[in-house]
Amino acid sequence: MSDIPIFHRWRAQIGVLPGFGLGMGITIAWLGLLVLLPLVALFIHASGLGWEGLWDKLSKPRVISAFQVTFGISLAAALINLVMGLLAAWVLVRYQFPGKRLLDALVDLPFALPTAVAGISLCALFAPNGWLGSWLIPLGIDVNYTQLGIGVALTFVGLPFVIRTVQPVLEELGKETEEAAACLGASRSQIVFRVILPELLPAILTGFALAFARAIGEYGSVVFISGSIPKKTEIVPHLIIIRLEEYDYQGATALGAAMLVASFAMLLVVNLLQRWAEKRAGSAV
Amino acid sequence: MSDRPGLTEPIWLRWLLIAIVVTFLCGFLLLPLAVVVYEAFRQGVGVYFHAITDPVAQAAIRLTLLAAGVSLALNTVFGLAAAWTVTRFKFPGKSLLLTLIDLPFAVSPVIAGLVFVLLFGAQGWAKGAPVAWLWPIALHIATAIPFLWLTWGILSWALADGRWALGRRPGLGWWIGLAVTTALAGLFWFSDPKVLAWLASGHEFPVVFASPGIILATAFITFPFVARELIPVMQSVGQEEEQAALSLGAGGWTIFWRITLPNVKWGLLYGLILCNARAMGEFGAVSVVSGHIRGQTTTMPLHIEILFNEYQYAAAFAVASLLAMLALVTLALKALVEWRSGHNRRTA
Repeated sequence: MSDIPIFHRWRAQIGVLPGFGLGMGITIAWLGLLVLLPLVALFIHASGLGWEGLWDKLSKPRVISAFQVTFGISLAAALINLVMGLLAAWVLVRYQFPGKRLLDALVDLPFALPTAVAGISLCALFAPNGWLGSWLIPLGIDVNYTQLGIGVALTFVGLPFVIRTVQPVLEELGKETEEAAACLGASRSQIVFRVILPELLPAILTGFALAFARAIGEYGSVVFISGSIPKKTEIVPHLIIIRLEEYDYQGATALGAAMLVASFAMLLVVNLLQRWAEKRAGSAV
Repeated sequence: MSDRPGLTEPIWLRWLLIAIVVTFLCGFLLLPLAVVVYEAFRQGVGVYFHAITDPVAQAAIRLTLLAAGVSLALNTVFGLAAAWTVTRFKFPGKSLLLTLIDLPFAVSPVIAGLVFVLLFGAQGWAKGAPVAWLWPIALHIATAIPFLWLTWGILSWALADGRWALGRRPGLGWWIGLAVTTALAGLFWFSDPKVLAWLASGHEFPVVFASPGIILATAFITFPFVARELIPVMQSVGQEEEQAALSLGAGGWTIFWRITLPNVKWGLLYGLILCNARAMGEFGAVSVVSGHIRGQTTTMPLHIEILFNEYQYAAAFAVASLLAMLALVTLALKALVEWRSGHNRRTA
């Protein structure tokens, strides 16, 4: 085969190193069997229900309210993370204070701490006799088994995203543009809001979208603190599990397919945002 | 840092911002960690040790280690293959492939479990399919790989000049290791009464509500970790050294073992650390496929859930403290690898 000229031309085009066939083979086989086949199976199961059947499963009040709770609270948590993440990234990059490096290393904790552990410890914190609950409950703030609790859990799991996307951009930014703006007579607030923030915008939005996407699918940290009261604190991932426990596979499939479509939309948004960020970084240099 | 008015904030604002951020981060990060330790030891050290030496807890720890080990092995092979393919060759559809590799990150863990229930469950397509035959074999090979790696590492470290084994060509020690671990794994596998019963019966091999489903779901969730860390590292290393080796007559595997692998070892380690943390802590996906059979299909996070729902808080937090410790070790190792390799911070 290696005598054939067209093979040589093809080899020269893709690259001269060996191992293309093996590498591509393993990659496609793994990806296909482990990821794509199961996901396709979900859509084929869902298509078996037909549009009518899907609509029937999704238009129930309990399902609609679960979607509202999931998306609404995920959005709120991602917004909190946007503001606090931006502040945290700013403080961690620009200021010096004791314990900064330790705090910086701890930021990744929500990635490393299993969600179930986070779930039960948040639940214990806000329990009536817990460290925070014993303060908050007399003030009339109930966290456990309320939507506020879901918000706290989702803020926790999404915490690192904005910080970790903004931090490297802020470090790269350098002080030159700021110094130039200051020389031209800009005030500090003008510099922050009209010079620095626009540069950070793609990173901020990417982090926000990642935190939002993570929050939508989150289950482990929420299930303990939410109490899962139908139409109040029930989230879609938990509703899927409830449907499976009821052996309502069709209901679970319909919900799963709807969630999957939402996740794909989020993935697309993140990819577009990242492309935008790369383009901006490219044109700035 | 200069204190000129245009270039930084006034000092009171700086300290205010620092105070806000430190309070927020400590509140969200340190309090949950502290409460795990506090609750775990609240009823005394005896209860704590009783909880983690309980046979059911031990079974959960073993299953967690098995699922994480197999996922790590599978994802290492996949990650290396994918990174090699994507960074060393030009082909159409590369960006689509990269997006597809990232796909499991976008999917909710619960859905990752659901798809396997639909595929292998009572009404699934693959029920009784040839997969049932392939599984034991795949599992066997996958469990052997980490042992092999370790044996090879220790043997060549002991026999040679004390350098870390990665990047050396598999020598005699490796082949001895391969033979020994294969034989041991085979013995282990075929001495298991469950496997013998399965061989004797009509070859029903349950996937869902059994450990294979748990392993599959874990592998699905952790699928992108290693590839994602390796791709940028391999990209930045470039392929000049590999091309030079090729022109000097080195074969593909020689290039891989002696040039590529040593160049990307820190990236690989970084990916493995993150992959392991996620694999051991996975809850949603595993919860769907497990069926919660005590002592048989419960991993550590599922064991914690059962204990918590039974109001055995001290026991639940005792097992949780093991996972919290794992998280801290993960963060420390991650910082160490970043420091050793000059690795840039990146979102995991």
